[in-house]
Amino acid sequence: MSADDSLPQDASPAPRRGVFGHVRDLFRLRVDKSTARVAVVALGFTALFGVIGGRLVMLAVSPEQTGLRKATSSAISAARPDIVDRNGETLATDVKSVSIFAEPRNIIDKDEAVELLTAVLPDLNARELRERLGTKRGFIWIKREVTPRQQAEVHRLGIPGVGFVPEHKRVYPNGNAAAHVLGFANVDNVGIAGMEKYIDSQGLQDLNGAGFTRASTDLKPVELSIDLRVQHAMRDELAKALEKYRAKATAGMVLDVNTGEVVALVSLPDFDPNNPVDALEKDRINRINVGVFEMGSTFKALTVAMALDSGKYNINSSFDARAKLRYGKFAIGDYHATNRILTVPEVFVHSSNIGTAKMALGLGVEAHKAFLRKLGQLERMQTELPESAAPILPQRWGELNTMTIAFGHGLAVAPLQSVAAVAALVNGGYMITPTFLKRTEAEARTKAVRVIKPETSEGMRYVMRLNAERGSANRAAIAGFFVGGKTGTAEKVINGRYSKTKNLTTFTAVYPMDNPRYLFLTIIDEPQATPETFGFTTSGWNAAPVAGNIIERVAPLLSVPPRFEAPERPFPLMTRLGAWGTR
Amino acid sequence: MVSRAERSIVGDWWWTIDRFLLASLLALMVAGLVLLMAGGPPVAERLGLSTFHFVHRQVMFLLPGIGIMLAVSFLSPRLVRRVALFIYLISLALIMLALHFGPEIKGAHRWINIGGVGIQPSEFVKPAFVILAAWAFSEGSRRSDMPGAGLALLLLPATIVPLVMQPDFGQTMLITITWAGLFFIAGLHWFWVVGLGGAGLIGIGAAYQFMPHVRGRIQRFMDKDSGDTFQVDTAMESFAHGGWFGTGPGEGTVKRILPDAHTDFIFSATAEEFGVIVCLLVLFIYALIVLRGLSLARRNEDTFCRLATAGLLLMFGLQASINMAVNTHLMPAKGMTLPFISYGGSSLLSLALAMGFLIALTRRRPRAELMDRYPAAPAAATAPQA
Repeated sequence: MSADDSLPQDASPAPRRGVFGHVRDLFRLRVDKSTARVAVVALGFTALFGVIGGRLVMLAVSPEQTGLRKATSSAISAARPDIVDRNGETLATDVKSVSIFAEPRNIIDKDEAVELLTAVLPDLNARELRERLGTKRGFIWIKREVTPRQQAEVHRLGIPGVGFVPEHKRVYPNGNAAAHVLGFANVDNVGIAGMEKYIDSQGLQDLNGAGFTRASTDLKPVELSIDLRVQHAMRDELAKALEKYRAKATAGMVLDVNTGEVVALVSLPDFDPNNPVDALEKDRINRINVGVFEMGSTFKALTVAMALDSGKYNINSSFDARAKLRYGKFAIGDYHATNRILTVPEVFVHSSNIGTAKMALGLGVEAHKAFLRKLGQLERMQTELPESAAPILPQRWGELNTMTIAFGHGLAVAPLQSVAAVAALVNGGYMITPTFLKRTEAEARTKAVRVIKPETSEGMRYVMRLNAERGSANRAAIAGFFVGGKTGTAEKVINGRYSKTKNLTTFTAVYPMDNPRYLFLTIIDEPQATPETFGFTTSGWNAAPVAGNIIERVAPLLSVPPRFEAPERPFPLMTRLGAWGTR
Repeated sequence: MVSRAERSIVGDWWWTIDRFLLASLLALMVAGLVLLMAGGPPVAERLGLSTFHFVHRQVMFLLPGIGIMLAVSFLSPRLVRRVALFIYLISLALIMLALHFGPEIKGAHRWINIGGVGIQPSEFVKPAFVILAAWAFSEGSRRSDMPGAGLALLLLPATIVPLVMQPDFGQTMLITITWAGLFFIAGLHWFWVVGLGGAGLIGIGAAYQFMPHVRGRIQRFMDKDSGDTFQVDTAMESFAHGGWFGTGPGEGTVKRILPDAHTDFIFSATAEEFGVIVCLLVLFIYALIVLRGLSLARRNEDTFCRLATAGLLLMFGLQASINMAVNTHLMPAKGMTLPFISYGGSSLLSLALAMGFLIALTRRRPRAELMDRYPAAPAAATAPQA
C-alpha cells in the first residue's frame, strides 16, 4: 500500500480530469497498485488452500461413500467369530467365498451379458436377470457365494461391469449335530437364530458397522458349554428312539448341575444350519426351550422337595392313598394304585398323585406358588439362546390347580426350566440359570441362589436313587454310575381335553447320586407302543431306557469315573432318620 | 561453509536468496519421491515395468532438475529475461514441430523426441511465458514508448493457439488464468476485472445452456450417477480407505485400480497409504511456498521482479490447487499434475526452471543495483525485448 502513495505523479496525470480522463484511466495499467493486488492474490490463495484443507478434513471425518463401495459396504457379509465346543472342536467357522455382482450402469450390452452369464451359471433366471440389469442401479448381486470354478468362468467372460467381492460364508462342519444350539447365520452373515444371534446381540454388529472386523481370526472364538461328542451320541440315540417308538419328536439334554452348563441339547427333528431352509417349519422348534409342556410326574420331585423343605413334613411323614382324592366333582387317583398309607419315599417311588396332591394341599396355594416361583417355574427363563417361551399358567390358580400341578398337570413349562429346577434340588440347593457358554463352578456359584436346604437336597437325591433301585427308573440305572431319576408321563392336551392315547413322556436322570454331577433329560413326544414295551407308552418304557442308553454311551466320556461298588453311606442323614428303604 | 567474510559468487548467492523457499522446494521434491513410491508401483506393474520404474526415472530427472534450479537461481533479472525469451522461442518452435511430426499419444500431439528423450515442449513454454508477460506489463507501465500491455495481449494468443491445436486444454486454461492474474496484478482497472469476470460467468452460463458437451461435463460433475465417474469414484474410495492415518506404505489396495495413480491422481494414492494427515502436510508445504513467495513479491521494489514472482507463484499454486481440488472432487476432472510430486520428466524440469527463476527473482538486491537500471534505462531500451 505504501507504494500506492509513493509513486503517484508517474501514473496519473492530475491536471486533466474530465470524462475523457476517466475513460483514459480505464485503459491505463496502474502498476503502482500491484503490491496491493499481490496481497489480494495471496488472500485468494489462502482461501483456496483453506477450502482444499477443509475438504480433506471432511473426507477424513466422513468419507464420501461412492458407487461400489457404498453398495457393497452394506451388502458384504461381515466376519464372525468361530464357535467351538468345550473341548475346542469347531462348531461354526467362516470360509472365504466370492460373490458376483454387476454394475448395470457400466454394462454396455446387457443382452449379451445375460446370455453369457446364464450360460456359465445355468441356475440364474435369465428374464429376471435381464430386468435387474435394465435398472439404473449402481449395484446388484448376480449370485452370492459361487465356487472358485464358477468365478474363473465368469471372469473369463470378461464382461465389463461385472465383478467379484470376497465374502465370508458361514460353515457348520458338524451339520445337524448342534443345530438348535448354534442356530444359523444368513447369507449376509448376520445371526438369525441360536447362539449365532446371541453373538450378534453382544455388539458384533456394532463392531462390523465401525469396520473393525475384517476376518474371523480378528475375533476370539466363542466357547460353548456343549461337548460335541456327547451331543453326537445323544442325537444318535434320540434319532433311534424317534424311529423305534414312531414318535412325533424327541428331545434331550445334558446339564452340569454344579455349573449350569448345558453339555448337550438335542431336539429332533432338527435342521442343517448349512442349509436352513426347513428350520422354520413348525415341528423343528427347539423343544427344550421353545416348547412348553406339562411335565407330568417329573414335577412331583418339586412337590416332594417343597414338602421336605417346608419343615411341616419330613422324610418319614405319611400320606393316606387308600382312596381317591375327591375335590368337588373331580377325583384324583393313582396310576399304580397302592391303596395304602405311603411314606414320602414311597409316594415318590410309586409316583402317587394322591400323595403329592395332599402334600401341596397341606402347604396351601400361596406357599406352592411361592415355591414354584423361587424355582423359576412361573416366569420365562432367559438363557443365551434368543428363543424362549413363557410358561402357561392357570388363569385362576385355586386349590384344584395346586393339586394337579403338584403331580405335573395344569402348568406347562419349558423343559429347560424344569431341568434347572431339578438340578437345584439335587446339587445341594442352588438355583443356577443354565448357560450355553463354558464356565467354571466358581463363576456359576457367584450367580447361584440357594432355594432349598442342603438336607432337603439330600432327601431328594435319596428318593431319586431309590426310584432307580426299586421304582419306574430302573431301566436307566446303569451300573457303576449310581444313577437316580424320575419318570414323567403327561397326557397331552388335545383340543382342550386330556388325551388318553397321546402322551408326552419325560425322564430325568442324575448321576452320581451321592454327589451329583450330570443331569440327563429325555423327552419323547407321542411315543407309540411296541411289542417290547408290552403295549405301554409310559415313560418307564421309552424315555427311561433311552436315557439309559445315552448314559451308558456318554458317561465314559464325561469326567465322572465309574465305580464298581456302591458308595458307602451315600445318604448319611437319611440313614440316621431311618427313612423308608434304608433298612 | 559459505563464509560471509569474503565475497564470492556462491557466497553472495547463499546470503541473498530466500533459503526458506529453497528448503521448502527441496522438501517438496523429496516428499514427491516418497509419495511416488506409493503411486508409482501399481501403474508400473500394470504396464509390465519394474516396480520402482517411475521412482528411478523421477530421480534421474530430479538430479538435473535440481541442477537447473540452482543454476538458474544465480541469474540476474536481466539474464532471467534473456533465458526466458530464448526458452520461449525454442519451445514454441518445438511445439510447432511436435504438431506436425510428433507422435499421437492419447489423441494429442504433445511430445517430441530429441536425442532419444521424449520432451513435452508445452511444459517449458509456461515459465518462459510468465516471465515475458511480466516483463511486458512492467515495461509497458514504466516507459511510455513501449506498448507493454499490447505486447502482453499479443503474447497470450501466440502461446495458447499452438496449445489449443495440440490439443491441450489443461495447459491452455492454466496459462490463460495466470495471464489474467498477471494482468490483474499489473493494475487492470476494476471496471475490467468486474466486467470481464461477469462476462466470463455469463459465458459459462451460455455455454451450459447451449453447448451440450459442456453441459454434460458439468452435469457429470454434479450428479455422480450419470456417466463415467470411475476416476473420481476411485479417488474418493482411496480417501475413504485411507482415513486419517492411511493404510501404511505399500498397503494400499484401491491404488491398484486408480487410473494415473503416479501422475494426476497421486494425491489420492497418497491419501490411501499415508492418510489425510500427510495430504494436509503436502497442502501446507504448497501454501508455505506460495504465500511466502507472494509476501516476498509484495516487498520487492522492482516492478518486473514483483510481477514475475507473482506470476510464477500463481501458475505454481494454481496447478497444485487444481490438481488437489480434482482429487478431492471439488472440481471436474482436468489433466493437471501435482508440482514436484507427480511423475513426469518434462514437468519436473520445467518446474525446476520456474522455481529457479523464482529464487533468482526473489533474491535480495542492494537498492543501488536497482537504481542503477534507471539511469541506464535508455541504454537498455536499445537492447530489444530484454
